[in-house]
Amino acid sequence: MGFFITFFITFFYSISAVSDTLPDPRSDIIPRTKEELIRISKITLPTTNFSQAEKFENNSAGETTARILKNTNAFSQNSANLSFKSELDFKLGNALFRKLWVSSPSSTLASDGLGPIFNARSCQRCHLKDGRGHPPKNGSDSTVSFVIQLVRPEFNSKWKDEIEGYLGGLPDPTYGNQLQEFTTAGIRAEGSFEIEHINTEVYLADGTIVKLQEPIYKVKNLGYGKLHSETIIAPRIAPQMIGLGLLEAIPNADIIKLSDPNDRNRDGISGRANYVYSRDLNEITLGRFGLKATSATLKDQSAVAFFNDIGISSSLYPEGYGDCTNQQSLCQNAPNGNTQVHNDVEISDQALDLTVFYTQNLAVPKRRNSDDPDVLWGKKIFYKSGCISCHNPKFVTNRLKEKTAQSFQLIWPYTDMLLHDMGDRLADNATAGRASGNEWRTPPLWGIGLTNQVSGHTQFLHDGRARNLLEAILWHGGEAESSRNKVVELNKKDRDSLILFLESL
Amino acid sequence: MKNIILSTSIFLLSSSIAFADKSAVIENYANIALAKFEDSVITAKKLQTSVNNLIASPSAETLNAAKSAWLLSRNPYQQTEVYRFGNAIVDDWEGKVNAWPLDEGLIDYVSATYGGATDENEYAVLNIIANPKLILSGMSIDATNITRELLSETLHEADEVESNVATGYHAVEFLLWGQDLNGHGTGAGNRPWTDFGKENDCTNQNCDRRSSYLKTATDLLVSDLEWMHAQWQTGGDARLELTKDVNNGLIAMLTGMGSLSYGEQAGERMKLGLMLNDPEEEHDCFSDNTHNSHYYDGLGIQNVYLGTYKRIDGSIVSGASLSSLVAALDVDADIALKSDLTSTMVELGKLKEAADNGFAYDQMLEKGNKKGEALILNAVNGLVTQTRSIERATIVLGLQRISFEGSDSLDDPNAVFN
Repeated sequence: MGFFITFFITFFYSISAVSDTLPDPRSDIIPRTKEELIRISKITLPTTNFSQAEKFENNSAGETTARILKNTNAFSQNSANLSFKSELDFKLGNALFRKLWVSSPSSTLASDGLGPIFNARSCQRCHLKDGRGHPPKNGSDSTVSFVIQLVRPEFNSKWKDEIEGYLGGLPDPTYGNQLQEFTTAGIRAEGSFEIEHINTEVYLADGTIVKLQEPIYKVKNLGYGKLHSETIIAPRIAPQMIGLGLLEAIPNADIIKLSDPNDRNRDGISGRANYVYSRDLNEITLGRFGLKATSATLKDQSAVAFFNDIGISSSLYPEGYGDCTNQQSLCQNAPNGNTQVHNDVEISDQALDLTVFYTQNLAVPKRRNSDDPDVLWGKKIFYKSGCISCHNPKFVTNRLKEKTAQSFQLIWPYTDMLLHDMGDRLADNATAGRASGNEWRTPPLWGIGLTNQVSGHTQFLHDGRARNLLEAILWHGGEAESSRNKVVELNKKDRDSLILFLESL
Repeated sequence: MKNIILSTSIFLLSSSIAFADKSAVIENYANIALAKFEDSVITAKKLQTSVNNLIASPSAETLNAAKSAWLLSRNPYQQTEVYRFGNAIVDDWEGKVNAWPLDEGLIDYVSATYGGATDENEYAVLNIIANPKLILSGMSIDATNITRELLSETLHEADEVESNVATGYHAVEFLLWGQDLNGHGTGAGNRPWTDFGKENDCTNQNCDRRSSYLKTATDLLVSDLEWMHAQWQTGGDARLELTKDVNNGLIAMLTGMGSLSYGEQAGERMKLGLMLNDPEEEHDCFSDNTHNSHYYDGLGIQNVYLGTYKRIDGSIVSGASLSSLVAALDVDADIALKSDLTSTMVELGKLKEAADNGFAYDQMLEKGNKKGEALILNAVNGLVTQTRSIERATIVLGLQRISFEGSDSLDDPNAVFN
């Protein structure tokens, strides 16, 4: 495998041949015909006509696109093209998603296994209304939906020889992958954190001043002594959950085609693929999910979240003690919920698969006002400012044998699924796979205009530091610096149009 | 090839159904909705009266009367659930009146052995009734007066947690019954009437605030039901939306039937409970009324198809039916669906009968309880089977399910996907 990736780095023009050898998350793919490839390359070209909305543009997620709901359930709808039968799986998955896990031992074998250390007792507790989490509003607000990951640099990863440019990232030797604030009875909590803010001002060309709030994180009440001296605190809010199954169904090759690791086209934007070991596929392949694209499939992502956030073991992460390390022996030896009924793990494969199915089928709502002249003007600014170099408008998903909801859909996620250096100010300095401390995977923008409706806030970026879309843009740096500077230069009308466009997504 | 020819001829036939027939079916469907929501309002108002009686003169009798009124109010309401899914207006509203499951500790005291959703959902032990001043998402809330706005705007789904249910049937149910602490054992919730007692009669403190909460939640339930009832009157939004396009109207009917049968009822409300063997996984868990909830949901599906609804006063609302539309095109498909609906009602009837005779739904859910599992699974299978016949009827009528409708690829041969 290492050979292939090295090969790919060296011989840029052979990308498609190489990427064909990396497994896609879905195994039931029908290869594209030549005619299809031509049609797809035509339709996925970014538009140059901003006089009207594009054909199909309203259905951001193809046939899966959900209707526009005016309430907080807008992100909780299933793919619109599910059969009645699949609706059942979706609902079962939803029930598992909101299910409260309890500590072991317990009479309800199907529900125990919580912790011993955890951040939340259910998936939904962080993915509130299937939308975005938020940092605590103040000292007395809940810190759930926000986690602190703990990452040390890794100098000798076993994957180094296999994956070109692999940086890795190790957990804290005592506290593990992240700081869990909650525990089951008799186990000491790991600690908590507090946030202070430094205010800075950005002057826009038209004289407007925008105040940005830079959060500074401090861990406190540490239950097991100091963190390792090299451990980095990496804050994360829970991302929105919509459209994930479609992102999973984008062909590897189409993502890798967009990468430009050495910036050969000299636009200042590289775009690098993360390559990770997938426990689900048992192979090294393209990373897609997580803020640094460290999970290849939604099953990988769901399993790691169950494990670290709730302390629930699965066939992919079988240890019943979750994120307890061997420095936390009481925690490691506490009763766990691994039972033979569920193949010696806490969530059975059946239940994990249902949860994954749920995450694959949370639908993206339809666009609003896509043909409004101001929105179209904002769209033009978005395209002309270079935003689409990373926020890639369109993909067509793989054609799947099972004709599942995600099969062969034209989608408009506004992401390239690649890693980009976003500058020092936004960096968390935590490495992950091939991602450097400055790099983040471009998040999809679909549904972003509904954040306030669903979540009651407009806090964006990895830790929710931006309090609105304009602040989020102004935080962009690194590869996005020149696009950001173009936005700084805009007059108010153009700036408002740009925001209107984003809000229509 | 034979199949293709067959379905083509059916498609051609479908266009020959007179527009007037389809309109009449939709008209009758809307009339039945009106009658069901009217019955829901009437029975909710009776509940309101008995709740007022309970608060005015608390006693075992007035509490029992309120519980009986609640149970009766559920029967017509459950039959309206088939109007969800297909009708966006019902779907968007439904959470106010029938949200479930709920963390009851948000509302009132709960048992110390309650398993404490405390660290998970801090509002699960918020206990509004005991706390006139509280902190919610870092904001101070004045709950001195338990108003409709406090319940519906501030507390319902507090902090975006869906189990923070402050309004609707199940909030009222919890206040009347209290927690069912019997697990898989016999018995429902057993709140003493003295929880609403005056002065020295009061148990578990804050009886005035508890009464106030109960009254406010009941009043809110009545007004929410009245609002939905109005939407089905002539000129009401629900009716207007349905009649915009007759085919979409028919699709709404079938979507409601299919989605309620399969995903919602067979899946979330029945199969899940068996999967988890969790006594909390029952729809009306405080009152042990889950069997009736399931039964009347099923009945609602059946009466939408047959176009006939028996009102609470015994009168019949009846008219042109989906069944007659389907029968005109394919007698076998109609017979199959009717027979499936009947089989489901037989199975749900058995389940209801067993529960009425003391074998409660939460007991059926116990792991290893073969008899309970069979009762539930037979009903689940009935619901699953009837969904296939609903899909068949949809094809017979030449309709595309609403979810597929409007996707550009189907209308446009040049679309990138097929």
